[in-house]
Amino acid sequence: MLSQSQIEAIAQAVLQELKQNPSSGQGTAGTSMVPDEIGDPSEKESMLDLTSPEAKATPLLDHVEDREGLERMMGRTTARIGVGNCGPRLKTKTMLTLRADHAAARDAVFMDVSPALLDSLGLFTVDTACADKNQFLTRPDLGRIFPEESLDMIRSRCEKNVDVQIYASDGLSSTAVEANLANILPVIMDGLKAGGLKVGTPFFVRNGRVAAMDQISETLNATVTCVLLGERPGLATAESMSAYIAYKATMGMPEARRTVVSNIHSKGIPAVEAGAYIVDVIGKILEAKASGVELKK
Amino acid sequence: MADESTILSVGIDIGTSTTQVVFGRLTFKNSAGYFSVPHVAISDKKVIYKSDIYRTPLIDRIRIDGEKIRHIVAAEFDKAGFTPEDTQTGAVIITGESARKENSEIVLQNLSDFAGEFVVSTAGPDLEAIIAGKGSGARQYSIEHQCRVINLDIGGGTTNAVCFDCGEVIGKGCLDIGGHLIQFDSNGTVTYVSDSADKIGASEGIFLKAGDPADYTLIYRIASQMAGLLHEWIGQKESRLIQTITTPGSSEFNIKSSGCRLCFSGGVADGIYHPSKKNWMSYGDMGILLGEAIRESRLFSDYQVIEAKETIRATVVGAGSYTTSVSGSTISYNRDVFPLKNIPVLKLDEEEQELCFKGEGEKLKEKLQWMQEQSDSNQLILAMKGKNNPSYAQILNLARCLTEVLDEVLDKHQPMIIVLEHDMAKALGQMMQRMVPEQSRDIICIDSIQVDQNDFVDMGKPLVDGLVIPVVVKTLIFG
Repeated sequence: MLSQSQIEAIAQAVLQELKQNPSSGQGTAGTSMVPDEIGDPSEKESMLDLTSPEAKATPLLDHVEDREGLERMMGRTTARIGVGNCGPRLKTKTMLTLRADHAAARDAVFMDVSPALLDSLGLFTVDTACADKNQFLTRPDLGRIFPEESLDMIRSRCEKNVDVQIYASDGLSSTAVEANLANILPVIMDGLKAGGLKVGTPFFVRNGRVAAMDQISETLNATVTCVLLGERPGLATAESMSAYIAYKATMGMPEARRTVVSNIHSKGIPAVEAGAYIVDVIGKILEAKASGVELKK
Repeated sequence: MADESTILSVGIDIGTSTTQVVFGRLTFKNSAGYFSVPHVAISDKKVIYKSDIYRTPLIDRIRIDGEKIRHIVAAEFDKAGFTPEDTQTGAVIITGESARKENSEIVLQNLSDFAGEFVVSTAGPDLEAIIAGKGSGARQYSIEHQCRVINLDIGGGTTNAVCFDCGEVIGKGCLDIGGHLIQFDSNGTVTYVSDSADKIGASEGIFLKAGDPADYTLIYRIASQMAGLLHEWIGQKESRLIQTITTPGSSEFNIKSSGCRLCFSGGVADGIYHPSKKNWMSYGDMGILLGEAIRESRLFSDYQVIEAKETIRATVVGAGSYTTSVSGSTISYNRDVFPLKNIPVLKLDEEEQELCFKGEGEKLKEKLQWMQEQSDSNQLILAMKGKNNPSYAQILNLARCLTEVLDEVLDKHQPMIIVLEHDMAKALGQMMQRMVPEQSRDIICIDSIQVDQNDFVDMGKPLVDGLVIPVVVKTLIFG
């Protein structure tokens, strides 16, 4: 299989060649086979990003009676309204946008969080029992447990018997981790430490599902465990992160014992603000000695 | 955890010709689901008591009789069965020709027993227009029908216009046109012609003055001319006459009005929607004729006119129900020091805010010191827009910059109060609290509130389990 960098190198080479010799790869001289809309990729203005908010704000529907009204409605929802149709099917642009959004969602699931980000935050990486992304996606049970060597690593590198253990995990969106972690993690760490709590050593779990936090909680004997995890991307955003927080989490405990703060992204609750809110929530959980539905709303 | 709070709100409107009181109940509710960050909004506004409509007691043409106002308000509290201690928010607004500095002082002095418990403020022509447009239901209509609605609140002394586009205010302004501008006694003798009525009459060749007989035809012609001027005004026709009768301190109303719907409120509005059954002279002023003239004018043939929910009570209902807003649901304060009243605002523009985000505080310090010299209040609010989705580094810089500068400039006992538009107050407030020595100073940091330089802000007691703070933003402008 080709690696990402190899693919990029090939793409660059082809583009370079096209630029230097625009007629190469074309049939009859003079008649371009490249559609005008695509144009020269080196010219920024000709390359409209189909997934950008501006591109999505433009109605494709023909003969609109109240254009302003339609644009307002479109501004209120991420649903694909006002896109019109071409006979019984979607217009080409709608179809391409849909595929581009889908591609971003797939990328979010299949990509790994960049080591540079984790290094900059001083996080080491621990693997769950999944050998790779494919296994992670097909065997949810393996994404919830750790092999012995991972547990050893956690034991040896992390402080034990802490008030709060925070860690991050890719879950189903590495993009969400890339977009939010650097802003949310320090806010939570600072806030908890200022509250006089003993906060554990943060780290990163690759190929992790939510319930992996239970084994971590048991391993480190943490009173409260909090995972910052990328949520399954939709076609609206791939950047949504959630925090799952549990009081004395144990393996096999009911899901109802988890408290959730969801929708953390630039168009939901901003990462820094979510972090500040999570500090308060953790305070309440410690005070009530309960989380999830047991923590009365 | 309580998901709902209600508070009692009072609205008092002291206008050119009428004075009214309403009581309303505001419900604040956390509408966010179990898995989300709380989101508290005002979920219900109900007017539960409407007073009689009183003629505004005056000592002379302009000055309000404070003693009598006090009696009216005290009697209405009794009739409604409330005491000043029951009310948590609200507004007294002084509108139309009464909106003058000396009147505001008279009202403040005489309602001070009540003012201890609620807000006393004056509106100024622009804010008045917006309050009336909300009270009349014009704003709600523009949201429900996704359209533009112009509300014309025609009172005794002034006509306040506001245009809502799907709920957003896109234009406002005020003209000296009203039903009380020509007055006459029961004998049919003219007792008063206002300056603007005089000018409008003169443009038609009519020179009516006090002592003349109150002639139906002449006064109706002046009323028609006024209706014509309103039509020209919202239709953006330039005219010198309109300029001369524009209320001082009001904005210019420049909205492309074609396609807008029209809504009328204020004392004259009843006579606009329905022909008055009373004799045209029965109120001792030209109000009934002005209503008739407007109904016959091009305002009715050129625009789609919608029914108002409140007419003569629009402003007071607006004052009672629509002046209180609610902060964001993730905010920060270390102690319940509320209510706080009449705090002046220092607003940073984008450029100045950018410097603070970079951690450069010199400009901020300069501005704060200037503000302290200007203002006689010993408290102040530092307001700025903030940023959508700020980074950790940015907000850390901002917190450090604000804490250092405010700590240096403010007196030891003064709280640091920050008001932002973007959702970031809890993060900023938490950081600032860590940067000042333990408990040495109150830090209040709220968001989702838009304020401008020269505004004054009241903050009420925290609601819905302390999640939010009710806020009243006041703009003080005097003619």
